[in-house]
Amino acid sequence: MATTMVKENNAGPAQLLGPESASERTLYPYVTGTSVVALKYKDGILMAADMAASYGSTLRYKSVERMKSIGKHSLLGASGEISDFQEILRYLDELILYDNMWDDGNSLGPKEVHSYLTRVMYNRRNKFNPLWNSLVLGGVKNGQKYLGMVSMIGVNFEDNHVATGFGNHLARPILRDEWHENLSFEDGVKLLEKCMRVLLYRDRSAINKLQIAKITEEGVTISQPYALKTFWGFSAFQNPTVGAEGSW
Amino acid sequence: MTKQQANWSPYDNNGGSCVAIAGADYCVIAADTRMSTGYSILTREYSKICKLADKSVMASSGFQADVKALQKHLAARHLIYQHQHNKQMSCPAMAQLLSNTLYYKRFFPYYAFNVLGGLDSEGKGCVYTYDAVGSYERVGYSAQGSGSTLIMPFLDNQLKSPSPLLLPAQDAVTPLSELEAVDLVKTVFASATERDIYTGDKLEIVILNADGIRHEYMELRKD
Repeated sequence: MATTMVKENNAGPAQLLGPESASERTLYPYVTGTSVVALKYKDGILMAADMAASYGSTLRYKSVERMKSIGKHSLLGASGEISDFQEILRYLDELILYDNMWDDGNSLGPKEVHSYLTRVMYNRRNKFNPLWNSLVLGGVKNGQKYLGMVSMIGVNFEDNHVATGFGNHLARPILRDEWHENLSFEDGVKLLEKCMRVLLYRDRSAINKLQIAKITEEGVTISQPYALKTFWGFSAFQNPTVGAEGSW
Repeated sequence: MTKQQANWSPYDNNGGSCVAIAGADYCVIAADTRMSTGYSILTREYSKICKLADKSVMASSGFQADVKALQKHLAARHLIYQHQHNKQMSCPAMAQLLSNTLYYKRFFPYYAFNVLGGLDSEGKGCVYTYDAVGSYERVGYSAQGSGSTLIMPFLDNQLKSPSPLLLPAQDAVTPLSELEAVDLVKTVFASATERDIYTGDKLEIVILNADGIRHEYMELRKD
């Protein structure tokens, strides 16, 4: 990956090169975050994400907050390219600023923010220059809980539980089996931790340092980073090469 | 160094099937509610049906982001039409608008496979069927989407429209009653669900007739 990092020109924008200029559109992601998992519970939304950002197969950053609060009513979690996530946060900063400047007692709810993000992602996809993220948007406004997802090409939907990346394959089945309406906070956290543990075991870009965020009518709380208990004491792990001799 | 190719596609197929059947004084539009990507299910409760006007209901499957954008676009155009003409758009007018909208993006298409159902100006059921770039025709019934190859032959068998070449011209609308048509739609989706992995979860049916609009739902297999 490092060899393709350097752009063809060192000085000035690519347009100055003339007809054979390099495209400045996104081709592939560089620094990426892995799954985000979220579910609706009795009082609002619970969301979990680990704090890793990988540079290909290197675990480059280990304290990245991939969940941020947006305005008064929303929580955004992102997987994919971290720099694009930071760009999205800048867009949302401006959106919330203008919303506040109206000073009319109204504020953008999670549905509106989700709609805005969908439009941004879809428009970038139309220009063949996508923001390489899968976004999870959750929130509560006037007692209404909302949880939605947008992908990098603009595919969007809302549901009682969502997940990005590997979470779709590993966490959603658990959630489909065990989620129900009006989960208590403790049960919601337990369920999310169960999903994150499976991801930790099976997703090679996951690390054992995660945050769980909660959003209710009162506001957003993002927990301090912590680690899950894991179990590796399986007998098959004790002598892993037993039976391997001669098994060419 | 050769030019790097992008390794992403601006399109995805989120699956699903849509059906519409026209009757003498009603129209039935139906679609499943499953949204998939690759071999995963994203959600089991996503509506592919959009009411564009009082007498026009569209069901679209394909790439969900394009479908959503298309529905939004048409809804906005209908609002403008109402402001300018002080009336609802007729179904044939909406049909033409949809065709033009699709062709407008002929060289970067909306990956949306549509059926438009409704009542024409005489109150008779009408169904229009489209491809992704806007070629369309008025028919008595149609199926689009991932299950269309399974559904269409069965509808042909049960509802065979008279040939458009016959003289005098015969009505394309089915002689079936409204209840029989709804029952046929349920049967057809139950069958498509068995063999099409992208069709299932729940069936949403919209029935348009002189009395207004009605919704019905039916559970489908979730595997």
